[in-house]
Amino acid sequence: MVLNMGPQHPSTHGVLRVLLELDGENVVTAVPDLGYLHTGIEKSCEDKTYSQAITLTDRMDYLNPLGNNLVYCLAVEKLLNLEIPKRAQYIRVMMVELQRISSHLVWLGTHALDMGAMSVMLYCFREREEILKIFERFAGQRMMTSYIRIGGLALEPPAGWRELVKRFVDMMPPRIDEYEELLTNNRIWQGRLKGVGYLPAETLIAMSTTGPGLRAAGVALDNRKAFPYSSYEEFEFNVPTRTESDCFARYLVRVQEMRESLKIVRQAMDKITDQGPIKSEAPGIVPPQREKMKTEMEALIYHFKIFTEGFSPPPGEVYVPVESPRGELGCFIASDGSPKPLRVHFRGPSFVNLQALPQMVKGQLIADTVAAIGTIDIVLGEVDR
Amino acid sequence: MPQLANANASVVIDRLRAWKSESVAQVIEYRGETTIVVPHKLLLATARQCKEDPELNFNQLSDATCVDRFPNEPRFELNYQLLSIPRLARIRLRTSVSGQQPVIDSLEPLWPGANWMERELFDLFGIRFEGHTDLRRILLPDEFEGAPLRRDFPVEGKR
Repeated sequence: MVLNMGPQHPSTHGVLRVLLELDGENVVTAVPDLGYLHTGIEKSCEDKTYSQAITLTDRMDYLNPLGNNLVYCLAVEKLLNLEIPKRAQYIRVMMVELQRISSHLVWLGTHALDMGAMSVMLYCFREREEILKIFERFAGQRMMTSYIRIGGLALEPPAGWRELVKRFVDMMPPRIDEYEELLTNNRIWQGRLKGVGYLPAETLIAMSTTGPGLRAAGVALDNRKAFPYSSYEEFEFNVPTRTESDCFARYLVRVQEMRESLKIVRQAMDKITDQGPIKSEAPGIVPPQREKMKTEMEALIYHFKIFTEGFSPPPGEVYVPVESPRGELGCFIASDGSPKPLRVHFRGPSFVNLQALPQMVKGQLIADTVAAIGTIDIVLGEVDR
Repeated sequence: MPQLANANASVVIDRLRAWKSESVAQVIEYRGETTIVVPHKLLLATARQCKEDPELNFNQLSDATCVDRFPNEPRFELNYQLLSIPRLARIRLRTSVSGQQPVIDSLEPLWPGANWMERELFDLFGIRFEGHTDLRRILLPDEFEGAPLRRDFPVEGKR
């Protein structure tokens, strides 16, 4: 029997459609069908100036908009060979790590809901709300922040941000203990996840899987450690790994990652000074300060030029990989020396990781397919772009 | 970081040249990233060498993407980002594909992960991959006409 799962199925986390060929309750083959959310973001980027495209990146992986901003800005900055002030780099790290926690919280909540544990979802969204409030104070926006800009940040951190973030990082560890108390030793949770969706590390590597899925198979690959960006080399944190490579191991890795991210946020808070630049000095690329614009002719001209014609990086190609909550998020930009990119390509970890699904669920039960889709942690906005 | 990337790149170039001198047609250095331009016919063999040479050991294909240089010919540039997890090294292989005959060998036999990446390129650029097991459109509906990421396809779409 062929069963059509999705695109409106609640446990496909968006608009994923999977065609399941069944033998009784066992899956013979699973064929994912994508594209229901394809909006042609890569094509749209080619028609915009480099700065205009930032707002499009927010809308790809909507649980990780700051991470998308970061990877795009890092790639453009690499094209321009632009140095970013340390203070801006640390703020970027802090924001991206908060984003990682919020993304993992949504994952944990929705996955627990899929497995039938309703209360965990409510707890997770309660804490995520606190993170979104922090983002709102920083960027004026809860989700589509566009806070990270080419050359630095959009805004100075708000007054009183330290207390705000500190309250959150102090509140969070006991809350994570709470989730673990509800889930880790829960017999139903273990029964639904242990031994489900197993794939050996070699297969995952060959299928280009990255992120928590690969780390749960014992491969400690994390771009923050392996290819540090935005001063990650100055932070101390561990890369949690497991060896079981099943859904339960992926859950444990993600929970541990939240704790590690909290460590990084704390270190970043210590490193961020109260005074200092949040943008690099790059006339013609980074918009000048309002004050200067009103008093200096040159600054006014640069401001006008940035917003009318943009800036032109030298011709060439760069590929910048970062570690998103889901794995390796890469941005490839080809410049032809004009103010608009010749090509922008995003290597979405959701898209690539989803490839392993048919192998993961082969021969398993339909209910296990739900668990496997959940622990791959896909965001359809990023899969379809 | 840049020194490390270059040290790795010179190892890769030396090993490839020692294996088959014509496999490295050109080396491009830009912002600390090294691109090895490979002749169209030798792509699969060179990629296999990168994967199977124990000193190179590029065991993961991170990404495959295409740049359309329309109206230049050959118009398509394929870029493959290789990653060696044991050595923590990256390299980019590039080859060009002509617009009249957009066909190239698939890398799926080496890295099964290339499957969807190549399907995406087939879908959006109309490049055919020989030896691919399941070359269908992936993001767009099957009845869609044209390849939207080509530079001569209008941004607002065809009506």
